[in-house]
Amino acid sequence: MDFTLSKKHEMARSLFKEFAETEVKPYAQETDETEQFPAETVAKMQKYGFMGIPIEKEFGGQGCDPLTYVMCVEELSKVCATTGVIVSAHTSLCADPIQTYGTPAQKEKYLVPLAKGEKLGAFGLTEPGAGTDAQGVQTKAVLDGDEWVLNGSKCFITNGKVADIYIIIAYTDIVEDKRGRKQKKFSAFIVEKGTPGFSFGTKEKKMGIRGSSTYELIFEDCRIPKDNLLGARGKGFPIAMHTLDGGRIGIAAQALGIAEGALERTVEYTKERKQFGRSISAQQNTQFLLADMATKIEAAKMLVYKAAMKKAQYQADHKTSYSVEAAMAKLYAAEVAMEVTTKAVQLHGGYGYIREYDVERMMRDAKITEIYEGTSEVQRMVISGNLLK
Amino acid sequence: MKIVVCIKQVPDTKGGVKFNPDGTLDRAAMLTIMNPDDKAGLEAALRLKDEYGAEVTVVTMGLPKAEEVLREAMAMGADKGILVTDRVLGGADTWATSTTIAGAIRNLDYDLIITGRQAIDGDTAQVGPQISEHLGIPVISYAQDIKVEGDYVIVNRQYEDRHHILKAKMPCLVTALSELNVPRYMTPGGIFDAYDADITVWGRKDLKDVDDSDLGLAGSPTKIAKASDKVRKGAGEKVALETDEAVDYIMGKLLEKHVI
Repeated sequence: MDFTLSKKHEMARSLFKEFAETEVKPYAQETDETEQFPAETVAKMQKYGFMGIPIEKEFGGQGCDPLTYVMCVEELSKVCATTGVIVSAHTSLCADPIQTYGTPAQKEKYLVPLAKGEKLGAFGLTEPGAGTDAQGVQTKAVLDGDEWVLNGSKCFITNGKVADIYIIIAYTDIVEDKRGRKQKKFSAFIVEKGTPGFSFGTKEKKMGIRGSSTYELIFEDCRIPKDNLLGARGKGFPIAMHTLDGGRIGIAAQALGIAEGALERTVEYTKERKQFGRSISAQQNTQFLLADMATKIEAAKMLVYKAAMKKAQYQADHKTSYSVEAAMAKLYAAEVAMEVTTKAVQLHGGYGYIREYDVERMMRDAKITEIYEGTSEVQRMVISGNLLK
Repeated sequence: MKIVVCIKQVPDTKGGVKFNPDGTLDRAAMLTIMNPDDKAGLEAALRLKDEYGAEVTVVTMGLPKAEEVLREAMAMGADKGILVTDRVLGGADTWATSTTIAGAIRNLDYDLIITGRQAIDGDTAQVGPQISEHLGIPVISYAQDIKVEGDYVIVNRQYEDRHHILKAKMPCLVTALSELNVPRYMTPGGIFDAYDADITVWGRKDLKDVDDSDLGLAGSPTKIAKASDKVRKGAGEKVALETDEAVDYIMGKLLEKHVI
């Protein structure tokens, strides 16, 4: 077992790091402050292929492995978690399911522009009454001739208003199980922005990742072509769950990056900050806290990279599952991100509570990683479910 | 069009500089980057490729680990990489280096050769023009803009308080300034392709029309008497004055030293 990165992965990391430091970091604070979607940064990422890293070359992607993609989200999130989640939601939640479940025509029409970054992607499962509990989904799709007619709404959608292509989960049938209980059967659909009947609701004002565009999506007799059904009818739930398995690795990478970024800032700060005539890094309390932060980050990194490598195995052989690895990576990395950023703020003292200092933003950004794409509690359900099956 | 770009792996100035006992740089022990002027030269070549279509070959001479810089160039968009490496070529000064690189380039078809103006380690700015001398082709140095028109290259050359616009028939050699452009980033897919690609490795036997007496440390007329890391600056002078007085004091010192 070799824990060193290959030379090509090292080079990819140096690319992402340089890009993040040069093109993303200078705008991170402004992005947070103004809550503006960083469109110029996304255009630059498009130019260099960052929007299609794990997508096959045949479909306009970069043809890299999940580990490379994970390192990209990690390095971006070290300096700006908003930028990290834009790439993650686009790649893991929209391009990836089309690559996995799309027909050749769907891949040609939707995956190619997504992988090239010409179009931005989003994913809609969550509704006001349904997040973890998928059966609460009210959005309904009815086949009418050659078209599906969608009605309902989705909330908290990342890349909400800025995306061009959306994967939407809606129920298409209601069946009775063995005990006579009614169960909704879901299907996944590809919906384009600008389709009549598809509009946007309110923009969410968030605690963190404030530059990411989070909107409500509204479908009112929204008619889409029959061919925009993604995967088989009635298979929407497993498609959504599998998509979220992949998404969780992206969010785990985001959480890892936030924690690493906070540690970097804190190491710098504690060396500079003087109290009682010496830098606070000379205090054993600081040293022990930093040691714990670094150790937990390293453990999180191992879990995140392992999950990425398990996903690569899945791509080679679809019998492999990476669901548990993804859940563990996200659960742990998110909790480490929250803990590390909280300690980072503490070590910064009063300055850590001031917006001028990056760790203030990082602590707010970290919280969402414990919530979206499956809360920490959901990750524990996935992990224990596998243990107790 | 065929373009050859000469690049060099140089110590990253962010890391420390280390020397061998003979005063030459211990390249294996240092963090490295692609020399900034060379990177601008490569970018210029890639822009010509984007605009007119061209095959870009990158050539470097160095330790086996210098292949990293070739892969980086290929990840940016270069088509081929050639590493010239051989024990007998080690310790070369500018004369032996330019002889070696010219010997390698004689095996290639080219319309345009681009080198960086100078490397941040040696800072001589000699290798590019010397290569052109060896090959018997024109050279235009200090390029801040490069255009191609038919068989000609039109170069804007930086020159102290002015610039020159020069036109030369290809094949010719141009040396590039880092101010020429902002080099592009690599792409992730480009990195993967670069690591899948073969790098051509040439040794002494592959060099064309060169004499052993012009190669390596033995063939280098330059002898290094002594080399050392930067000498640490002294503590300087500290004064405690009110702001107004401090300004006068500093201005006085600057005048005294003829800085202003």
